[in-house]
Amino acid sequence: MDLEFGAAEEDFRAEARAWLAAHVPTRPLPSLETAEGFAAHRAWERELYEGGWSVVSWPEAYGGRGASPTEWLVFEEEYYAAGAPGRVSQNGISLLAPTLFAHGTEEQLARLLPPMASGETIWAQAWSEPEAGSDLAALRSRAERTARDGGGWLLNGQKTWSSRAAFADRAFGLFRTDPEAQRHRGLSYLMFPLDAEGVTVRPIGRLDGKPAFAEIFLQDVFVPDADVIGEPGQGWRAAMSTAGNERGLTLRSPGRFTAAAERLRRLWERQAEPARGAAAGRVADAWIRARAYQLAGYAAASSPADPSAAPPSSVNKLFWSELDIDLHETALDLLGPGAAEIAEGLPGSVWLDGWIFALAGPVYAGTNEIQRDIVAERVLGLPRGR
Amino acid sequence: MRFVPGPDQLAYVRTVRRVLSGAGPLKAARAWAAGDLAPGRALWRSLAGTGLPGLAVPEECGGLGWYPAELAAAFVETGRAGAPGPLAETVALAAALARTPSWPERLLGGEELATVTDPASGYAVDPRAARAVFVLREGTLYLAAGQGPVLPSLDPARHLARCAPGEAVPADTGRLRALATLLTAAQALGAGEALLAGSVEYVAARRQFGRPVGSFQAVKHQLADVAVELEFARPLLHAAALAVRGDAAADPRDLPAAKAACSHAAHLAARTALQVHGAVGYTDEYDLTLLLRKARCLYTSWGTQDACRSAVLAGRPLPD
Repeated sequence: MDLEFGAAEEDFRAEARAWLAAHVPTRPLPSLETAEGFAAHRAWERELYEGGWSVVSWPEAYGGRGASPTEWLVFEEEYYAAGAPGRVSQNGISLLAPTLFAHGTEEQLARLLPPMASGETIWAQAWSEPEAGSDLAALRSRAERTARDGGGWLLNGQKTWSSRAAFADRAFGLFRTDPEAQRHRGLSYLMFPLDAEGVTVRPIGRLDGKPAFAEIFLQDVFVPDADVIGEPGQGWRAAMSTAGNERGLTLRSPGRFTAAAERLRRLWERQAEPARGAAAGRVADAWIRARAYQLAGYAAASSPADPSAAPPSSVNKLFWSELDIDLHETALDLLGPGAAEIAEGLPGSVWLDGWIFALAGPVYAGTNEIQRDIVAERVLGLPRGR
Repeated sequence: MRFVPGPDQLAYVRTVRRVLSGAGPLKAARAWAAGDLAPGRALWRSLAGTGLPGLAVPEECGGLGWYPAELAAAFVETGRAGAPGPLAETVALAAALARTPSWPERLLGGEELATVTDPASGYAVDPRAARAVFVLREGTLYLAAGQGPVLPSLDPARHLARCAPGEAVPADTGRLRALATLLTAAQALGAGEALLAGSVEYVAARRQFGRPVGSFQAVKHQLADVAVELEFARPLLHAAALAVRGDAAADPRDLPAAKAACSHAAHLAARTALQVHGAVGYTDEYDLTLLLRKARCLYTSWGTQDACRSAVLAGRPLPD
């Protein structure tokens, strides 16, 4: 057992660090949850892509570097330590792409992945519906067979809480293709353009008013067969492979938390008493937990074929979502009155923005209550039921 | 990088588990509590027979080498089993006294147990069971010249006494403290895992309102939280073992971080076990409560939460 990076990994780290030092914007980009900020973040994705850093773990054929899981962790550490912008392409890269790699056709990979890598196509997720939140299998939006344009599907229904949908280009989600089938059966995984005929997007302001998510209304929206992922009717299985990614390491990489914990530690060091002494335990706990998450990532990357080497994805999600809030709340407490409530324009404002972002963590991707049920039943083996 | 236990380590852990389960550790702990030390001593001889203390002593001193990761893995098992006695202290002393004449032979064979005062408290665990009692004070190790009254602890299979320093003994006290901290954290993690497993087993079987109490969400969620804490304490323990081994790639803060995280996870496991067991978890006679009580003792031994957090913030490798 060891924690030594190999020479190739050290070279990779040095190369990433040098590129990021030369390219990361010196002034933070405007919030990606605004039209202006979205465009700026899309341009940043393009710059990352041209440097070869937007999707390091993908095969070279699709714009990646074929980086190993350990190299991916190294890149993420360097990325967030450099203070680089949040990834507006996250939904596509972390959620859709793994599903495509597992269930997509060669044609789909070749057509969809390169524009995803370059930021030309930015994806929104379309899972939840007004009556299907934590209980996703209750979803009602349907896709019906049509002979139109050589064969495909017509989407009807409503999706909601679709992150990035206010400004994104395309969306992916689950639709009921067999109206007779119940719950997890008879669902299909489909993709559609957000500017297609019959699509209406109504942005929803999140807690700070920014349109971070949206409702999507669908009326006879045509989807060709080429935009179904996997077999029709088998969408649940494909979606759950994505859900594992959403709850696991790839969506919230350890580098994000180790960088934030280090910034928190530096913020704490600059404090005077009594704030310094009062917050010491929480700052230390944030560092310890970020380090634990980083080490769990190394364990997972060391043994990618052995699922027991890494925490189950629901365990992960509980851990990082609560760490994210604790870490940012500790920073806000250190910033003190005034500074802690000003979301833009002060050096410390990044902490409030981060806190608002973190607050959604225990809710999205399956609430933490659902995750605790999953841990209890599937990890610990407790009897089903509530 | 290969940050997962290798096949040799896993095989060794299986051996330790087999020895422990064959020795009836909780029965030995009950006997130990009642003053009959023979089953506990026999258990230690069996463990020493697997080479356990030798993993803390270099080959040229008669041991097997310096293997903190394997030791930590073995002490997760002694913690899980609830094995009684100053086992961590004995192994930490074997490491510290590896180059001090006559001590390696005495401590490697499994015939002798030894103990040492935790510098933060001044108390030594189980001096009545130890042939050799030491005092660690301000970086110097002394043979104890005398001891105060032996006091019972919350864990009935643990007794404590304050000791007065006598003759100084040359020793690697840094290694002593590092190993005592690491192995205490390991035992805490093992005890926490056993408390979670015992709680899961109990709530799956215990029925109220016509269904297993483990099917209620309020119970499930508490146990899920314990599973999360234990899961993320484990990689810290592994990294701490590498830091103690002297690996430059480990962070020096990993040892105090691991002690804080393992102790915290075990403490949460104990509190949760108490709650989900209902009244039976509050009894002396229910065996799992031996671990419940031990978890609280390990929580403050060889590095309190505050000492560990301070060390993490100051970048120090040891809690004060």
